[in-house]
Amino acid sequence: MTELQQATGSSSDVTKDGLRGVHPDRDALTGVATGKSSRLRGRQRDGAPTVPDAEFTSYYGLPVINSPVWSSPDIPGYLFLGGLAGAASLLGAGAQVTGRPALDRVSKTGAFAAGALSLVGLVHDLGRPSRFLNMLRVFKVTSPMSVGSWLLSAYVPLTGIAAASALSGRLPKIGTTATAASALLGPAVASYTAALISDTAVPAWHDGYPEMPFVFVGSGASAAGGLGLLAAPLSQSAPARAMAVFGVGTELASFERMERRIGMTAEPYSQGRAGMYVRASKVLAVVGLAGAVLGRRSRVASALSGAALLASSAATRWGIFHAGMQSAKDPKYTVIPQRERIKGKQ
Amino acid sequence: MAPVDIQIGRRPGVNTDPATQGGYQDHPPRMGFFTDTSVCIGCKACEVACKEWNAIPEDGLVFTGMSMDNSQGLGASTWRHVAFIEQRKPIAARDPGVQHDGDGDFRWLMASDVCKHCTHAACLDVCPTGSLFRTEFGTVVVQEDICNGCGYCIPACPYGVIDQRKGDGRAWKCTLCYDRLSVGQEPACAKNCPTNSIQFGPLDELRERADARLARLHEAGVTEARLYGRDPHDGVGGDGAFFLLLDEPEVYGLPPDPVVTTRDLPSMWKHVAAAAVTLIGGALAAFAAGRRIS
Repeated sequence: MTELQQATGSSSDVTKDGLRGVHPDRDALTGVATGKSSRLRGRQRDGAPTVPDAEFTSYYGLPVINSPVWSSPDIPGYLFLGGLAGAASLLGAGAQVTGRPALDRVSKTGAFAAGALSLVGLVHDLGRPSRFLNMLRVFKVTSPMSVGSWLLSAYVPLTGIAAASALSGRLPKIGTTATAASALLGPAVASYTAALISDTAVPAWHDGYPEMPFVFVGSGASAAGGLGLLAAPLSQSAPARAMAVFGVGTELASFERMERRIGMTAEPYSQGRAGMYVRASKVLAVVGLAGAVLGRRSRVASALSGAALLASSAATRWGIFHAGMQSAKDPKYTVIPQRERIKGKQ
Repeated sequence: MAPVDIQIGRRPGVNTDPATQGGYQDHPPRMGFFTDTSVCIGCKACEVACKEWNAIPEDGLVFTGMSMDNSQGLGASTWRHVAFIEQRKPIAARDPGVQHDGDGDFRWLMASDVCKHCTHAACLDVCPTGSLFRTEFGTVVVQEDICNGCGYCIPACPYGVIDQRKGDGRAWKCTLCYDRLSVGQEPACAKNCPTNSIQFGPLDELRERADARLARLHEAGVTEARLYGRDPHDGVGGDGAFFLLLDEPEVYGLPPDPVVTTRDLPSMWKHVAAAAVTLIGGALAAFAAGRRIS
């Protein structure tokens, strides 16, 4: 014992200057067994856990990832309108080729209005809307938003030309070229937004990436079909009706497949606000589909079915949007699947 | 940086230098952090130094009731965050040279979290403006004069690091003190850490140092010690800022097995293409069916 220890009666190595003789600094050993903890180590050898195994752990229940700052109605609206526009461009081009002028005008006008509005939604949601053009500084395949910005920048003006030409009957050659180009870009516009939301760490969005584009084109087709049923006369709306049937079928089947495949990450799609929208979407889709098929000889029934299909498509996007938000806010959707992945690797 | 970035589908786990991949011919070694939480004392000097040096605005002075944590997590205006975890686990009795009655049944974990500066950084991949870029030090930085606040980087980050600053609209995160590195200084947090829990240096050196530290702790019986973000073969290709933890990552609010979301992007694009073709097929079928009906 040193003199100091004898004087104070202390045998501790801890002094006001730190540990006696050493400044352990970054080499300090935390929780080092000093021989006193034999009982503890014995417990560990027994394999008894020191705390009961929880289903999953988190830091005070806080989310692991930061939630998207995207807001409603901007972003779900942008998803809905993009789908509507893309599919409507196909419907408009087909109507022109098959000589259905009313369906032609309705679809092309709808495609332009929806495309332009979706662009407005995208710009409005920016933290710095005045800097939208920075989207066109670079082109990156690794960023679906970059791809989408370029796509929309080309697509929306084309739909504008196609619609203007269809409505006014002027410049038919330019109108036809714009119609063809927008019909080529339309399917990309209707589907790329699926990659946009899936290319994130948001569990409900990312995990559903194989089916999401099919849900999106299905939803877009049923919306465009719905628009045709709503606004075009019965004599010309047959392709719109068929488009709606294809759309609803594709959307419902792909959605079902996604929910079954992704397991627990699918929970948010049937819970809370997202669940409400998804259920509403399915009911409206079935009602709209039934009305479109059974009421095909009634202008009123067709129009109401068309409105229901448009509402169904919108509800799908709002449901998917909120499901992503809900899955981002609850740490279990991040932690549990990753834990299971680790277990699977071992 | 090239104006057109068509790099896609890099295989995570392939150990490549991010600065070289980013197009730098001649560049300094990759720099990073090794945050050894086993010597963190929760003083928050890193949080303060970071705020001061980077002139980050105040973002809420609240009592959270979460132990000594009042900053809650990383965000637009919190680039270093000290987590405090109180556990009913014995450790106190094992502190060398400290007298206790019995084994003790309480331990207090503290850990200073920060941007991981991933080898495969999702925020950087998805940024549509090129505002996020790879520096010559292999770190990831936001250019505030270019960011238009689209917010894509925020849900892309598997760690919940980057966020949008309210009232400002742009995305912000740790720059690994790019300004200080450029003049040969170490980042403010590391400079101010009184226990050297935050260590800054060339990543290769830090990894060696961390391995030695881990071995020493294991030897001393601290079997729960583990490195997090050290492995260049993990889902993000290894972190430029990695950690020594004393419990599972999720206890500290970290994802247990993060994967860069863009790893699946090539497959996503393929599914998008297939869906687009399906839509064209559906439209053609609709007109074929329509002809028959009308």
